[in-house]
Amino acid sequence: MRHILSILLENEPGALSRIVGLFSQRAFNIESLTVAPTDDITLSRITIATRGDDKVLEQIVKQVNKLVDVMKITDLTERKHVERELLLVKVVAINDKSRTEVKRISDIFRGSIVDIGKQIYTIELTGSSDKLNAFLDTLKNETEIIESVRSGCVGIARGEKALRV
Amino acid sequence: MTTEVFSGAEMVVKALSALKVKYIFGYPGGSVLDLYDAIFQQDEIEHILVRHEQAATHMADGYTRATGKVGVVLATSGPGATNCVTGIATAYMDSIPMVVLAGQVPTTLIGNDAFQETDIVGCTRPIIKHSFNCRDLADIPNVIAKAFYIASTGRPGPVVVEIPKDLMLPQNKVPFNIETNVKMRSYNPNIKGHPKQIKKAVKTISEAKKLVIYSGGGIVLADASGLLTTLVETLKAPITNTLMGLGGISGTHENFVGMLGMHGSFEANKTMANADVILALGARFDDRVTNNVEKFCPDATIIHVDIDPTSISKTINAHVPVVGLVDVVMQQLLDELQASNFTPDEEALQKWWQQIHLWRDMRHVGYKQVEGEKIKPQRVVEALYKITNGEAYVASDVGQHQMFAAQYYPFAKPRQWINSGGAGTMGFGLPAAMGAKLAFPNKHVICITGDGSIQMNIQELSTCMQYNLPIVIVALNNRSLGMVRQWQDMVYGGRHSSSYMESLPDFTKIAEAYGHIGIKIDSLDELDSKLEQALSIQNKLVFVDVLVDEKEHVYPMHIRQGAIDDMWVEKGVKA
Ligand SMILES: Cc1ncc(C[n+]2csc(CCOP(=O)(O)OP(=O)(O)O)c2C)c(N)n1
Ligand SMILES: [Mg+2]
Repeated sequence: MRHILSILLENEPGALSRIVGLFSQRAFNIESLTVAPTDDITLSRITIATRGDDKVLEQIVKQVNKLVDVMKITDLTERKHVERELLLVKVVAINDKSRTEVKRISDIFRGSIVDIGKQIYTIELTGSSDKLNAFLDTLKNETEIIESVRSGCVGIARGEKALRV
Repeated sequence: MTTEVFSGAEMVVKALSALKVKYIFGYPGGSVLDLYDAIFQQDEIEHILVRHEQAATHMADGYTRATGKVGVVLATSGPGATNCVTGIATAYMDSIPMVVLAGQVPTTLIGNDAFQETDIVGCTRPIIKHSFNCRDLADIPNVIAKAFYIASTGRPGPVVVEIPKDLMLPQNKVPFNIETNVKMRSYNPNIKGHPKQIKKAVKTISEAKKLVIYSGGGIVLADASGLLTTLVETLKAPITNTLMGLGGISGTHENFVGMLGMHGSFEANKTMANADVILALGARFDDRVTNNVEKFCPDATIIHVDIDPTSISKTINAHVPVVGLVDVVMQQLLDELQASNFTPDEEALQKWWQQIHLWRDMRHVGYKQVEGEKIKPQRVVEALYKITNGEAYVASDVGQHQMFAAQYYPFAKPRQWINSGGAGTMGFGLPAAMGAKLAFPNKHVICITGDGSIQMNIQELSTCMQYNLPIVIVALNNRSLGMVRQWQDMVYGGRHSSSYMESLPDFTKIAEAYGHIGIKIDSLDELDSKLEQALSIQNKLVFVDVLVDEKEHVYPMHIRQGAIDDMWVEKGVKA
């Protein structure tokens, strides 16, 4: 099962490499990973999307928690949460037909066109990872994708619950 | 008034003395010359010059295992630091607190593939508890204080501190500030067992009919053998120790059923397999203990006490997990037992012990020494036990001799038994024995080794000469990599691929060349008297080379993929 883990840790050099090293050393899976400092710049927040059964997940959470730099870890997928990922995708848009079609699809998905070239459109879209997958699949049917980049997902719990020190 | 200022090198030394360090084990080189210069100009801390950095780590480790104090290692950048890797991994696997100070090329050169530049923090990332790259001069003392704090608290382990050369230059000086009472918001290692779990554990224990206590290295690390003995005597239960936990309770205590696991005693493994409740204390259900996890004690309810949550339910699912320091939790258990008016179920206990005595009487740990035939290695260990009244510190290397030492020298106290359990590092024994001898110069320190292992750090005989470390080295010389050979006999149709030690040197002559005494023993008649002679020599290192039967195997031995009590008990005989 897919899980989204949120990790709050010291914003210290080497902290990220310890997390990444731990995952590879213990053969845990990383589907995506994002990291940035939080509003308190002495802290970083990492979001990792991973897969594994309950036993593996239990080990991942415990092992991450054991790292000296790590303050807290939580499995967002255990409760209600908001999950977002950013996609930037450059597609072929050479004639009226394809331009209208790309614009139409991007409107349906609530994306926005952020750059236009002679033969390309660049679209920005945020949403759950599933939504981005669906968008890319739809686009592929209409035009050619030149390149795409995804941020990896970030997430936050719904309601009062917060990950903070 | 001007405040006094110090160079980085001086601050390293000052920080170490503030942390009450007596010895540094190390080897000099370019990146740490300023530090060596600072060490030269003081006399609070003694530097022990080894002959190979790996030995520095093992010597620090042996010193720590014998005393409980954090060992300090110093190595230069590049090859000096990488030579420490095996010793760091060895300490990591057995949760030994250690601080390794490694030099680094100047900050401005880092990343340039400079001369003797190795990313030692990167190299050691998977085998340390934590590591630091020092990048700020004024920060050095507090980084070192943090390193000690992290290494020695919670589940202990090695910490690497990398210090670039330019931070130690004599011309750059700043005031010295150190906070030895370390607090870190992301690291809170002192944990009491959760009261609900303590209650659950006591309830489970009270309902048990066939309880066994299984304790490990955690007891030794926590210096908790007194509490453990009280707990055992309160519960009147049988207790078994892991290889790392030997001495946690006296090896001659009547409730002790021996070591468990791959080469554990027949009765220990039988007791585990038939128990209805297993109380695991500071042990981690290592694969050398469990054998096939699928077949591991399927009917037992498991209470698992450990400071490290990752150890709990990692290989074997715990029904009652208790996270906490093992000494603290044992005290909580004793208090709760008292509060709940616990009295042992004498009837169940009697039945259980009757069964255990039956297993014990089968005496499946044994060997046959025939007069006039080659010396059995087990016989040598038994002789050492008698001569030293069971009071020696015994450091061992890795192989058959290690298992014979564990089986035939019942340790009375924790910290007496010093061996590389988790990593199984050949070459550990001699430097580890040296570390113990440095700490306890008036105690017998014996290194039980093999003809293979001793050659992995034999150069340290020179260090022993320099610092007058009169340990007694006893090589159970079977002219082979015995443990490898045993597997080849049992699993590989007797094909001895590269397990012979051809062209062995004369170890007694090597010892003599280094200025020590060498004694060779090759017949049973002279075994006891010559060992006595060796152990009576006070001020010189003695290397005793005992030629033993090369065909001897270590038994019992787990049958691969079997249950914990599926064992070979002698050649070709299954239990
Ligand atoms: C550094 C290292 N290399 C290889 C091994 C694998 N190994 C385990 S026991 C052993 C043989 C040890 O021979 P010896 O020291 O003579 O002890 P014996 O088993 O003969 O008593 C070997 C090669 C190891 N444990 N450590
Ligand atoms: Mg040998």
